[in-house]
Amino acid sequence: MPFLTLDRLDKSFGTNPVLRNLSLEIEKGEVLALLGPSGSGKTTALRLIAGFESPDRGHILVDGEDVTALPPSKRRFGMVFQHYALFPHLTVGENVAFGLTGKDGMDRRVSEALAQVDLPGFEARRVGEISGGQQQRVALARALAPEPRVLLLDEPLSNLDPTLRERTRRELRRAIRKVGITTVLVTHEQEEAFHLGDRVAVLHAGILQQVGSPEELYERPATRFVAGFVGRASAFPGKYEGDGKVRLPSGLIWSGVPAVELGPGDAVELVVRPETLAFAPGGLSGRVAERRYAGPVSYFLVSLEGGLEVEVMAPAGAASEGDAVSVGLGTSGPQPRIFGVGA
Amino acid sequence: MKRLPVAGLLLALLLAWLVGYPLLMTLVEALRGPEGWTTAHLREFASRPDEWLALWRSLWISLTSVVLAAGIGVPLAFLFERTDFPGRRFLAAVVALPVALPPLVGVIAFLFLYGESGFASRAVQSLLGLESPPWRLVGPGAILLVHAYSMYVYFYLFTRAGLARLDAALLEAAASLGAGRARTLFRVTLPLLRPALAGAALLTFMTSLASFSAPYLFGGSFRVMTTQIVASKLNGETALSQVETVMLAGLALLGLVGMRWIDRSGLASIAGVGVRGVAPARRRLESTWARITAGTLGWLLAAFLLLPHAVLLLVSFVPPFTWTAEALPPVLALGNWAGLAQAEKLRPVVNSLWMAAVSTIAAVALGLAAARMAVSRPVDGGEPRRPWLASALEWLVAVPWAVPGTVFAIALATTFGVNQPWLGRFVLIGTPVILPLAYLVRSLPLTGRGSIAGLRGLDPALEEAAASLGAGRWRRLSRVVLPLLRPAIAAGAGLAFITALGDFVVSIVLYTFDTRPISIEILSSLRLQDLGMAAVYGVLLMTASAAAFLVWGQGETR
Repeated sequence: MPFLTLDRLDKSFGTNPVLRNLSLEIEKGEVLALLGPSGSGKTTALRLIAGFESPDRGHILVDGEDVTALPPSKRRFGMVFQHYALFPHLTVGENVAFGLTGKDGMDRRVSEALAQVDLPGFEARRVGEISGGQQQRVALARALAPEPRVLLLDEPLSNLDPTLRERTRRELRRAIRKVGITTVLVTHEQEEAFHLGDRVAVLHAGILQQVGSPEELYERPATRFVAGFVGRASAFPGKYEGDGKVRLPSGLIWSGVPAVELGPGDAVELVVRPETLAFAPGGLSGRVAERRYAGPVSYFLVSLEGGLEVEVMAPAGAASEGDAVSVGLGTSGPQPRIFGVGA
Repeated sequence: MKRLPVAGLLLALLLAWLVGYPLLMTLVEALRGPEGWTTAHLREFASRPDEWLALWRSLWISLTSVVLAAGIGVPLAFLFERTDFPGRRFLAAVVALPVALPPLVGVIAFLFLYGESGFASRAVQSLLGLESPPWRLVGPGAILLVHAYSMYVYFYLFTRAGLARLDAALLEAAASLGAGRARTLFRVTLPLLRPALAGAALLTFMTSLASFSAPYLFGGSFRVMTTQIVASKLNGETALSQVETVMLAGLALLGLVGMRWIDRSGLASIAGVGVRGVAPARRRLESTWARITAGTLGWLLAAFLLLPHAVLLLVSFVPPFTWTAEALPPVLALGNWAGLAQAEKLRPVVNSLWMAAVSTIAAVALGLAAARMAVSRPVDGGEPRRPWLASALEWLVAVPWAVPGTVFAIALATTFGVNQPWLGRFVLIGTPVILPLAYLVRSLPLTGRGSIAGLRGLDPALEEAAASLGAGRWRRLSRVVLPLLRPAIAAGAGLAFITALGDFVVSIVLYTFDTRPISIEILSSLRLQDLGMAAVYGVLLMTASAAAFLVWGQGETR
């Protein structure tokens, strides 16, 4: 039985629907990342779980208990806010103690919570005096100290500068795993979602697109949106021939895996990862417009005849800018996915 | 699911009863005679040239005050914000001092200083060996002198704040594009300061339109609208005073609309001029000569500004009737101060203190409640605030700011002079309730707008964080919201308290003998030629105001 259940949640602001029929099930101790561009409804989903907004329809259950009508102060959920929301008039210790009840062992529990995030002895510091990364950890310690049932993280790393982000992400991951708490985190960064989440739920325009492991999302995207949003991909328009075959305008027939039910003659798009494409004779001809060096491999932006631009991953020396090349399907990399166009 | 915001509606109703209803009642009474609706009072007003004259005088005195205050305040702001010279920091604080002086106290200080038998007049008289005092402190000149002295501070403070917020990069950009100093000033700096200047102009205009103490004591036969209203009221011409009140309120409204029209970019940006960047560095006066000149002028200015305060203190030590023809008082003693030990002389002090305290506490509570309901977002997924209710609350809290004190005094006298409980009218005139109530209404903009601004500046995530940590409504208020709003609340409360403590304009219409406040006692001491006692009360008010001003200053600088 799932520990946290979102059951057909709807939410509109005025006449503007921001979440439609969102259902999710999260196991105890699981970390779920809500991934989506801005305006996708992911933050609203988190605020519904926290109780800062109430859904127009649907239910939220924790451990079998319906908490939909419960105010946030009664839910026993911990939350780390995007800008941390540390109380500026309180010390680090007082911030961490804010959610603790009962006088017994207050000091000990605060120092334990701070030790857990590697900030032992920070009790008397003022929150304005510590660095951004430390503030983030204080916010985490404050959220975890009352031993909440669920931990909610709203873009927990977006406020840090890039050099600090990766290290903090590893620390955050370690801390969450150590506690083993059921966690929902919201992010617009795929890397963050893939690193922190056991599973990732992709939202777009208020609609849940796909839930799955990072591998599933990358290799077997369920919707055209996921295919384009998660990882890099090139799209080739064509006509479906049946049996996983797509006829490109040039007459070539490439094959892939249909992501949806398709019939022969349907207009489709074949979506291909850069590592699945290769420079090979007998493919689509074009010219290298740009090369982006990335260490062991390079990414080549190729302008195909007919105007299409596609991205090919190949060894750094495979081609230079301006070279005439031929692009075909390689033998490695995820299988191309076929999506219907329109209707 | 939609439920009515009961608490918000009740609060709006209470505020409407306190703020809007008296004004409405005054309008109604001005249009009513013994036999129902009539324009008789209006026609009488229109047919009297002295009424039109008073209206015109109010207008031109206010406009001239704006020009004078700008002429003094703006250059001073540039001097203190843009250059550095010995003693700048101390002098910069002194220059803001006149704003902390209650209007009546400023007026009597001027009287003791520049009045017919004031220090300055006597000094000049004995210096030149004149038969009579060299000038008389009466008429429009005297009123404008007091206005310029006390109101340039608005321009000074607003312009300094505006200059401090200017982005130095903008001036550097102008310079890099080949603009000289004058061109940069007129094409970049002043346009960017426009919201600050417009804000100061509006504040000065409204303050001098509402000004009562100076016209009352120095005007003589030169009546402006505020003194005209009080004169009509004291003459028993109630209906006429109500029409006059409506006219003055109309003029204030016109001023407000006019200023908004002149500066359509909005008063909302008074505080935030330009992009937040690094303020331009102060230019250090390098040449010794310039430093000495600036320093000397600065200290002379400080002496001039502090003189009224010093004179007030000095006069408070002059025993009654001991100082007649001498240039300086021959005897100084503590007798006046000892007089405070008498119950009757201490009474006004006690009255003012308790009335100011009660009204301030109530104004803080009401202002905070209104701000909470107008600004704060519910954290528990409850109904969002109704926009119309939020703007109604904000508007009700802000209205008394634009309405001259005299108008409110007459409006309250009109509304609470009759007993019609079913219409929400009770006889409060002559009871100890009316003055604190009047002070409360006048304080609402100070406390309410402070709370609103404070709450707007508060990150809503802080309250959400508290809620997610298990804090209920009251714990969130007491542990998170109130501590963070403390500077804003302290600032509003401090200003509200000194305004109520030194109030003269409302008190003179509504006081009773038993609840007479300090200002009324100052007036009667003056009438009895007991200048020393008047000065003692003046010093008390001055000290209390300076203390509250310090609290305010700390709240402002955070």
